[in-house]
Amino acid sequence: MAMHDTGKRPWTFWFFAAFFVLFVIFLYGPMFVVYVLSFQGESGGLTFPMNGVSTKWFGELVNPDSRSGDIASSFNRSIGLGAMVACITVFLSVAAGLGFRRRFFGSGVLFYIAIASLIMPGLFIGLGINVFFSELGWEPDWTTSGLGAQLTWTLPFGLLIMFAVLGRFNRSYEEAARDLGATPWQRMKEVTLPILLPGIIGVALFGFTLSYDEFARTVLVSGTENTLPITIWAMTTNVTSPALYALGTVTTLVSFFVVGAALGSIGLISRRRRVSRGDST
Amino acid sequence: MKIPPTLVSWLQVGPTALLLMFFFFIPMLVVIAVSFFDYQDGSIVETFILDNYRDVFTSAVTLTEYFNSLKFAAIVWALTLLIGFNVAYFLVFHVHGVLLQIGLFLVCTVPFWTSNIIRMISWLPVLGKNGLINSALIKLGIINTPLEFLLYSDFAVIVGYVHLFTLFMVVPIFNSMARIDRSLLEAARDAGAGRFRIVYEVVLPLSKTGIALGSIFVITQVMGDFFVVKVMSGSQSTSVVSALYNQVNALQYPPAAASAVCLLAVVTLMVAAILRVVDVRKQLAS
Repeated sequence: MAMHDTGKRPWTFWFFAAFFVLFVIFLYGPMFVVYVLSFQGESGGLTFPMNGVSTKWFGELVNPDSRSGDIASSFNRSIGLGAMVACITVFLSVAAGLGFRRRFFGSGVLFYIAIASLIMPGLFIGLGINVFFSELGWEPDWTTSGLGAQLTWTLPFGLLIMFAVLGRFNRSYEEAARDLGATPWQRMKEVTLPILLPGIIGVALFGFTLSYDEFARTVLVSGTENTLPITIWAMTTNVTSPALYALGTVTTLVSFFVVGAALGSIGLISRRRRVSRGDST
Repeated sequence: MKIPPTLVSWLQVGPTALLLMFFFFIPMLVVIAVSFFDYQDGSIVETFILDNYRDVFTSAVTLTEYFNSLKFAAIVWALTLLIGFNVAYFLVFHVHGVLLQIGLFLVCTVPFWTSNIIRMISWLPVLGKNGLINSALIKLGIINTPLEFLLYSDFAVIVGYVHLFTLFMVVPIFNSMARIDRSLLEAARDAGAGRFRIVYEVVLPLSKTGIALGSIFVITQVMGDFFVVKVMSGSQSTSVVSALYNQVNALQYPPAAASAVCLLAVVTLMVAAILRVVDVRKQLAS
């Protein structure tokens, strides 16, 4: 069978490999174009050729008098909102994931509501919350309606990740802890949560990045102050300078940093586990 | 002292349930209610009418929007399935070594964690009139004048969708394929099946769950989108939701709500049809 003969690969391997490489170029190519163009020279335009090299467009981003509006404060809002969403998503979806290990009254209905909330077109959630808030006489704001709108997206996601993580979780560790006399709280703190930690970091990663880049759910409910994606959306219609690309480069760097930190810490934990297991044998 | 286990579960699940009720379930009920209300000067008048629905069903514009959205959904579904299946197949059956496999899988998934809007914008300098593709083709002497259809067209919209959503096919199909017992392929080979027959009669049926899940994600995303259409078509094409977005901006909430309810009915039917063909739950549990 193809996978076993390491010496000579079948022609289909090269076909699929070429297909995969093309796919990766398709995926990343345009993004690299944006990174390069964000260093466009001071008199350069939105497309190639490069008219020299400068960091002028990054400077535009922190200049509050520029046409692009107050980017720094929407950036801060998005980071803050992402952190709040990540914290709430971690606490609630870990608890809910543990709760779902038992069948309880209403578990099926709740599961379907979560799935519906996940695949619901984002703009509808925004529309619903917007109208609901105005019926209640409440003002939409990114810290209330905006936060809630994003949680309808990150909570089901976190829940699904917890299902996947808990599906592989061996409950005999918990039983062993109970047999050794651990209280339920000790069992949770010393056994269950440490084993689940890599999955929990994954939930936090999803919570933050999905919130940080969220647009469709938030656009109708962020109130008077915009989050970063909404600012970018506004820029696409009225900013025609490479500052837009510079902002794209900066926000992508933030995303990459968060992804790298999360994956790095997951990798570190699993390596430490392998090492300590190696020591004990 | 002893708390009944069901109560423990409810305490653990409760906060999530409450949040989803308050920010998802009730707002959706409100949308349904508002779709039957009248409106005047940008505010909702609470009298029961059916005019909003009559407008949706009798306007020729709505029909074009639905046709546009369904056309995009069909084309994008076919393309993402083709690409997603091949990419997942390569990763699962042709890449040796778990570490390399995880690495390449991550390469496919990392863009998911970056901004969709930025990923859309990044096509502008590639496909534009003076963009990379046009200037390269002119330099090579293949064309004399820039190709106009590359940007601000249906073509561009489809490129945008495929770029954003192929990942939603790759991940579930990859999961399904990774669970296929390799000895089945060996058995098929020993029984004399060729490469394509193995893919068609063994791998494809066993990837059904992943294909169904991916299809649900891709179709709901395309049907619910409004910003890809807006950016990539330069506001020349409209989808159902981009029209709805314009209504909301004009503070016409009741007709927007009616349009949302109709679209939801259509999307629910599509998802139900997929679930009818493939029992996702049964296979997820195993």
